[in-house]
Amino acid sequence: MIVSVAWRNIWRNPLRSGVIITAITLGMFAGVFSAFFMKGWMNQRLEAGVETEVSHITANHPEYRENYEISKYIPNGTQITSEFEQEDIVNGVSPRISIQSMVSSAETGTGVKIMGVYPEKEKTVTNLYTKIAEGAYFEGVKRNPIVIGEKLAKKLKVKLRSKVVITLQDAKGNITGGAFRVCGIFDTSNSMFEEGNVFVRYNDLKNLASLPDGATHEIIVHLENQDDLFVTTDKLADLYQNLEVKNWKQLVPELGLLTEMGDMYTYMLVIIILLSLGFGIVNTMLMVVLERVKEIGMLMAIGMSKIKVFAMLMLETVLLTLTGGTIGVFLGFITASSLKENGINLSRYAQGLEELGYDPVIYPVIESGIVSTIIFLVIFTGILASIYPARKALKYNPAEAIRTE
Amino acid sequence: MNIIEIKNLKKTYNDSEVEVHAVNGVNLSIAEGEFAAIVGPSGSGKTTLLNMLGGLDDPSGGNILIDETELSHLSSSDLINFRMRNIGFVFQSYNLIPVLTAKENVEFIMQLQGKPKKDREERTYQLLEAVGLKGREKSRPGKLSGGQQQRVAVARALASKPKFVLADEPTANLDSKSTENLLDIMEELNKKENITFIFSTHDQRVVNKARRVITLEDGKVISDIRKD
Repeated sequence: MIVSVAWRNIWRNPLRSGVIITAITLGMFAGVFSAFFMKGWMNQRLEAGVETEVSHITANHPEYRENYEISKYIPNGTQITSEFEQEDIVNGVSPRISIQSMVSSAETGTGVKIMGVYPEKEKTVTNLYTKIAEGAYFEGVKRNPIVIGEKLAKKLKVKLRSKVVITLQDAKGNITGGAFRVCGIFDTSNSMFEEGNVFVRYNDLKNLASLPDGATHEIIVHLENQDDLFVTTDKLADLYQNLEVKNWKQLVPELGLLTEMGDMYTYMLVIIILLSLGFGIVNTMLMVVLERVKEIGMLMAIGMSKIKVFAMLMLETVLLTLTGGTIGVFLGFITASSLKENGINLSRYAQGLEELGYDPVIYPVIESGIVSTIIFLVIFTGILASIYPARKALKYNPAEAIRTE
Repeated sequence: MNIIEIKNLKKTYNDSEVEVHAVNGVNLSIAEGEFAAIVGPSGSGKTTLLNMLGGLDDPSGGNILIDETELSHLSSSDLINFRMRNIGFVFQSYNLIPVLTAKENVEFIMQLQGKPKKDREERTYQLLEAVGLKGREKSRPGKLSGGQQQRVAVARALASKPKFVLADEPTANLDSKSTENLLDIMEELNKKENITFIFSTHDQRVVNKARRVITLEDGKVISDIRKD
C-alpha cells in the first residue's frame, strides 16, 4: 500500500507535480536524444575510420612508420599475405605499396599518399569501393587507372578520365613519374582522407617505383569479428616478429577514444541535467513535506516507523522522477527511432564537419546500455533528491506535528 | 484490572527561561473498559497528559505503566511498535490520509502490522459497519462530512485492536448531531466490546456521556469523579 499511497500522493497537487514531471521529461528527452545522436555520430566516424580508412590490423616493416621510406618494405609481403589469409578469424587481407608522392594535373599539384593495391583483395579489407561517387572502382580504364577522392579531384580540377601525373622517388632513389587516368572518384565523409590518398593497381605502382616482386609496405588485415582485435594482433606479432603488427586502436588511438569521449560527454550532459533537475525535485519535495507535517505526525503517532515514513517519501520522489524520466526516455527513443532511417542533416548548419572527418548526416543509434544507465541515474537522482526532504520529515515530533495548523 | 498506571507524572517546558509545569505530579489508574474524560481549562495539561500517555511525548519525571510496560524503558522504535499495537488515536481534526478511501484509511495500520489481506478486509468492513459507514467504504475523506470522517478515524483507531483509545478533543470540529452520533458509537463500542476510551475535552456533551471525569488544573488532578 505504501507504493500506492506514494503514487496517489504525487497527484494531490497535479499542477505542481505536472510541472516538475514535465521538466524531468524534457530534461531526459534532451539527455537521451543527445545520447543516441552522439552515439550515432561517433559510431559513424569510427566506422568510417576503421572500415573505410585504416581497417583492423596493419603489418609493416618495423622501421617503415619512422619516416615512411620507400626502401622499408616487406620483401615477401604478398607471400605473408597468403599466410595471413589462412587464419580462421580473418575476413580479408590486402597487401599495399604505400609511397609519399606528388600528384599533379594540368592545373595544379599536391602531395598525396599513393597506394598500390590488388582491387579484389582491397575490397575485403575496406569498404572504399562502396564509396565511389563517380566512375567505377578500377574499371573502365585499362592502362594505369587511379581512384582519387572527391576533394582531391576538386583541388586538382580533374574529372573522371582526366589524366594526372604521379611523381615519386623510386626504390633506387631516382625521381620518376607516371601518368594515370582517373577511373573512379570516391566520396567519404572525411575530406582529409579524400584529399590525401589515391589508389592505383599494385603492379602499376610496383613497376613505377622499381620495387621487387612481392614487396609491400603494408599488409592490411580485416577481421570477421572486432572482438578478436587484440588477440589476433598479439598472435600475428608473435608469429611475425620481424614485422611491426599494430591494430587500429594502436595506430589511431584518437579514433578509439572517440566513442569513449562520446559516452563520457553523454553521461556528463545527463548528470548535469539531472543535477539541475534534482534541485527542482528537492524543492518540490520540501514543499510536499511542509504541507503534510500534520499527516506525517499522525502517521508516526499511529505507529508508522520512521524508516517507513522515510521510505514513503523516498518512493514518492523516485516515482515522480521516474515518471518524468520514463516519458522523457520514451520520447527520446521514439524521436531517435523515427530519425534512424533518414538521419539528421547538419550540412546546412555545420559545413566544416566533413573537413574534420565527420559525416554531416547523422543517424542516431539506439543503445540499450545507454537507456539502462540513464534510467539508473534517474532513479539515483530521485533517491538522492529525496534524502533531504525525507530527513526533514523525520525530525518532526509527532505530538507537535499533529498540532500544526 | 488497571491497564494504565500513572505515577507522579511531570512535564516541564522551558519557555523563554521560565519553567512551565504543564503536568505536575499526576497520579492516575485507568481500568480496562473505562469511558473516561479528562477535562479542564485551556493550558491545564490535558493534551500534554494525553501525549505522554500515548508515548508521543517524553515525561520530565514520573512513570507511565501500560499493561505493566514502563513506557520510558522502551527504545524509540519499540515505542512506535508499542503504539501501533496497543494505542488507538483519534485526533481533533480527524487526520485521515486524503488520498486513501475510508476502507484504505482503516486498513492502513493493519497493513503496517503485516496482517493478512483477508483478516484486514474482514476487520475493516466490520469496523466501518460498527461506526455506521457501511456503503461508504470507497469514499475518500474529501467526500465525507466531518462527522463521517471522525467515525472513520474511530474505526482506524480500533483497527489494530488496541488496549485503549486516546481521543484528543474528538468532537471539537463537529456539529451537535455528529457529536451525539459519534459519542453513541463510541459508547456502544465501549459497552459491547469493552474498549477503553480516554478523551481530553472541553465539550460538555462528552463529559455528560463519560462515566469518569478527571479534572485537571495547572497540571494537577483536582477532581476524579466516577459516575457509576
